[in-house]
This record gives sequence, C-alpha cells and structure tokens, in this order.
Amino acid sequence: MTGRGTRTIRVDTLARVEGEGSLYIKLVGERVADVKLKIYEPPRLFEAFLRGRHFSEAADITARICGICPIAYQMSAVHAIERALGVRIDPMVRLLRRLFYCGEWIESHALHVYMLHAPDFLGYPDAIAMAADHRAVVERALRLKKIGNRIVQLLGGREIHPVSAAVGGFYKVPTQQQLNELVGDLEWALEASLETVRWTASLEFPNFEQDYEFVALRHPDEYPFNEGRLVSNRGLDIDAAEYEDHFVELHVKHSNALHSVVRGRGSYLVGPLARFNLNFDKLPDVARNVALEVGLRPPVRNLFRSIEVRAVELVFACAEALRVIREYEPPALPRAEVPNRTGVGQAITEAPRGILYHRYALDEKGLIVAARIVPPTSQNLHQIEDDLREYAARLVAWPLEEATWKCEQAVRSYDPCISCATHALRVVIERE
Amino acid sequence: MLILGCGNRDRGDDAAGVLVAERLWVLGLDAQICSGQALELIDAWNGTDDVIIVDAVMTGGPAGKVWLWEGEQLPLPETLSLSTHGFGVAEAIRLARALDRLPKRLRVFAIEGSRFELGSTLSPEVMCAVKEVVAHITKALETAVPF
Repeated sequence: MTGRGTRTIRVDTLARVEGEGSLYIKLVGERVADVKLKIYEPPRLFEAFLRGRHFSEAADITARICGICPIAYQMSAVHAIERALGVRIDPMVRLLRRLFYCGEWIESHALHVYMLHAPDFLGYPDAIAMAADHRAVVERALRLKKIGNRIVQLLGGREIHPVSAAVGGFYKVPTQQQLNELVGDLEWALEASLETVRWTASLEFPNFEQDYEFVALRHPDEYPFNEGRLVSNRGLDIDAAEYEDHFVELHVKHSNALHSVVRGRGSYLVGPLARFNLNFDKLPDVARNVALEVGLRPPVRNLFRSIEVRAVELVFACAEALRVIREYEPPALPRAEVPNRTGVGQAITEAPRGILYHRYALDEKGLIVAARIVPPTSQNLHQIEDDLREYAARLVAWPLEEATWKCEQAVRSYDPCISCATHALRVVIERE
Repeated sequence: MLILGCGNRDRGDDAAGVLVAERLWVLGLDAQICSGQALELIDAWNGTDDVIIVDAVMTGGPAGKVWLWEGEQLPLPETLSLSTHGFGVAEAIRLARALDRLPKRLRVFAIEGSRFELGSTLSPEVMCAVKEVVAHITKALETAVPF
C-alpha cells in the first residue's frame, strides 16, 4: 500500500535488545501521530518477592533480574541496605566493588558496542553476518567480553548471577596474586578499548541532536559507580534518599514497564551519554584523551554517538580495573558485621545502562517490609518515545523500510535491557 | 571429547541437556553444563577437537525423539534454537564457522521436548531420551577405546 495518508512503522519484535518489546509508529501525512514502545514482557514482581525476606538475601534475589547486569542489582541492593543499617565498609571492599563493576561494564559494553549495535552502522542484520567480513573486530569483542567475565567470575564466584556480594562486603575476597593474574589481560583490554574508540569514531552517525536532561551520579573524585550525588544539567543535585521526591513512575497502557519522569519536567536520559557529559572531568587521562582525539567532548547530544561513548567507558573500566589491582590489599575481614535492626535506606549506582535506584525498609529482625527498584531502562523509556517522535518526523520522506531500520537503530542506541535478549525480528510496514 | 549439556533445569524438558551432562560427568567423562549462550559455547569448546552438544529442541516432533546433527548437516536451522537469549546453539555454530573456531568434530544431540514452562517437571518421554543419549555416548566411547 502506498500513499500520503496514514503510514505505520511497526517492529513487532525488536532484535538485539535485552528482552521483549515492539515498536509502533503511526505517521499521518507529514506528522508523527503516535509512538509506542510496547513492552509486552510480563511484569516480574520482584519488589513483592523481597517482602518478608532477610536483607542478606536481597543481593542474590535482585541479581536474578538481569543476566547482563546482575552486579548493578547487587551493588544497589547492598549499598541501600548498608545505608539503612549504618554499616561502614572497609576501603578495600569499596575498591573491590569498583573492580567488580568494571568487570560488568567491560562485559556489557563490549557486547553492546560490537555484537548488538555495530551491525546497525555497518549494514548487517546481526553480528554473525558481520563476522564474515569483520573477523578481527568480532574476535576483539569476544576477547574483551571474556576479560570482563573473568573479573566477574573471580570476584563473584561465577560469570552469570554471581554469588559473592554481601551486605558489608563479600563472602570471599580474592588474593593479591589472583588479581595480579588479571593484569596481562587487562593491559591488552585497555589497548583494545582504545582501538574500539577509534574504530567506533570511523562509523557514520545520523545527525540527530536533542536537548536532553542528562541524569547521572557525580562523585567529587572519581567517575561514578557506587557513590555520589544524583545530578543533572538542569540543576538537579540530590542525595539518593531524595530520589522519590524528584522522580515519578507512571503506568502507561501499552507497556508492562513503568515510565519514569522528572517531576514537573518530564523525560530524561540516563546511561553513558549522561555520565560522560556530567563527569568528563573525572575520566582518567587515557580515556579523556582518546575522547578528545576522536572529537568527543561534552555535551554530546547525539544519541547515536553513544556507541563511541560506551567505547570511551570501556577504556575507563580497563584503566580503573588496573588502578584497583595496583592499590589492592586484602581487607582484614571480607565483610563487616551487620546487625538486624529497623531502618530505611536508598542507594543509586551506575549500571552499564544508567542509574539503578533501590530502597529497602527493614524491620527489627532485618526482614524486608518494603522494597522499591527503578531500573535504568524504565527511566529511559519515556525519552526513547520522545526521541522517536522527533526522529520519525525527519524520516517521513524516507522509504518505510529504511525508516524502520533507522528507528530500530535509534532504540538500540539506548541499549535497552527489557530483560533478556530476543533474536527473531519481524518488521511489518503499512501504508494507507 | 567434551560434552556440553545446554539448557535450564527449571524449565521442564529444557533440562534434558543439563541432565545428560550431569550423568556423563558422574561417569567420569569431561562433561559441562552450559546455559547455551553462543559466546559461552564457543569459549567452552576452545582448543577441543571433538565436541558433543546436547540440548532440548521443539520442532513439532514427538516428545523424546532424539535428533543427531553432524558435519555437513551443520549449522542447525535457526528455527531449532531454543535459547531464550536468542543467541544460542545454532548461532554459536554459525558464528564459530565465520570465525574458523569450529571444533574438528562437532555433534549435536537434540532432544525433542514438549513442555518448557518455568517450574515444570521433565516429561517421562524426555527422561527416557536422556537415558538413551547417555547410553549412546558412553557406548560410542567404548567402541572408540579398544580395551
């Protein structure tokens, strides 16, 4: 069907995203009449599962929310509970947690940059097709991801859904020797990440800049993982305890995931672009210099360039991992003693895809009476729809097949983590 | 020889590959349990010449039927992939072929399953198929070793 009436861009199953969702865009003449990112993956009710459980179980239960970023869930959980109970952690435990997060960022960013997102820019349906022509690139991705896995396995006990994170520290900590054994791999990974930045900079980016409200953690001394105030480029500057005063989750009919907005303002952006723009001065020299070398400096407002920013964060994660290993000495105790008592605690940490908020209320036996979890993707969903509304309007003159591909690419720029990846892609295009 | 049993033990018949690997491991064979994700598989068989993958499939055939793919019959049709992550055994074989990282000999035992709901139990037909595949692999080994 052709004509200038109503046209529909429809992607029934978004591929190369974590989880199950579809995309629907309705064009009427030159106008974008409707945009819906439909999340049909069923609700998972984790906040309810947590009620009545002891606080020591929260890290392992919430890790099950995601196979790609379980450490983010563990870190937000243990930090929120430690705040609720007034627990202070050993400085070496703090360092190890940073290393743990480095492992997750390396795994997740290597997977997304190369295997999920790069095929969009190079015109391949998937990474397997890309591998035939870009073998060295895919080999680099696999080795990078494996190095991230090694860190997670060493600190967490296993690669997926690690089991070692605990309130107060870790159940088991590595020796210096074990960490030193990672150095050779990480030195290679640092060089490979620098190459990744240069390689992503050679890709062609659609010219699409938006005036986002970027929201990320900011720490006085370091690029953020587990600590810092929550800030934005529109004046937000709050403690995690104030999060619910400023952010609201909305239920929308077409999505089983809630949409989060800044109270009184609307959509906002979390993730690599937000972190980079708000914390550029906190990147280690090696990461900041390579960003400048390829012409990346804040504010980066082009969503499609997030693949480059992820690559810069890969450089950061490798350099930070090496720093931690240099400074590490095993703590006197792997974890602090943690009492059972009442309390309420909130924490925000930086998952690969952006901020992850947890709040727990505990009773005198240390049982969870209430839990709240706001994952990064639900914080980006409203922004994704806003972006598509703007972006699709620029594509109205394009053949629908290409417009559909471009819109999918825009969604994938967010690296949405709906829960676990889908593969099959069915695109239906209608014109009236 | 390395045996990689893929699947999820909490999803009914999807546990088939896991159970085969466990039984073979108890018998002293080099058998591992995998989630079945492509990158994990390619990594697991790195440096091994002779690999057997055991996984559950759903092709519409009768529950408990055992399929064997080998050599030129590979890669598997994509429709056979049961990975919830969408990047499973079939993709592992395709990707490894593109990267020249396929083992010299690769066999895939696929057990037809009928129920894959979270929390469901193994169907009796698939339980029989698990025993059949374990027997087949151990028997094949006996003939390969002359004493």
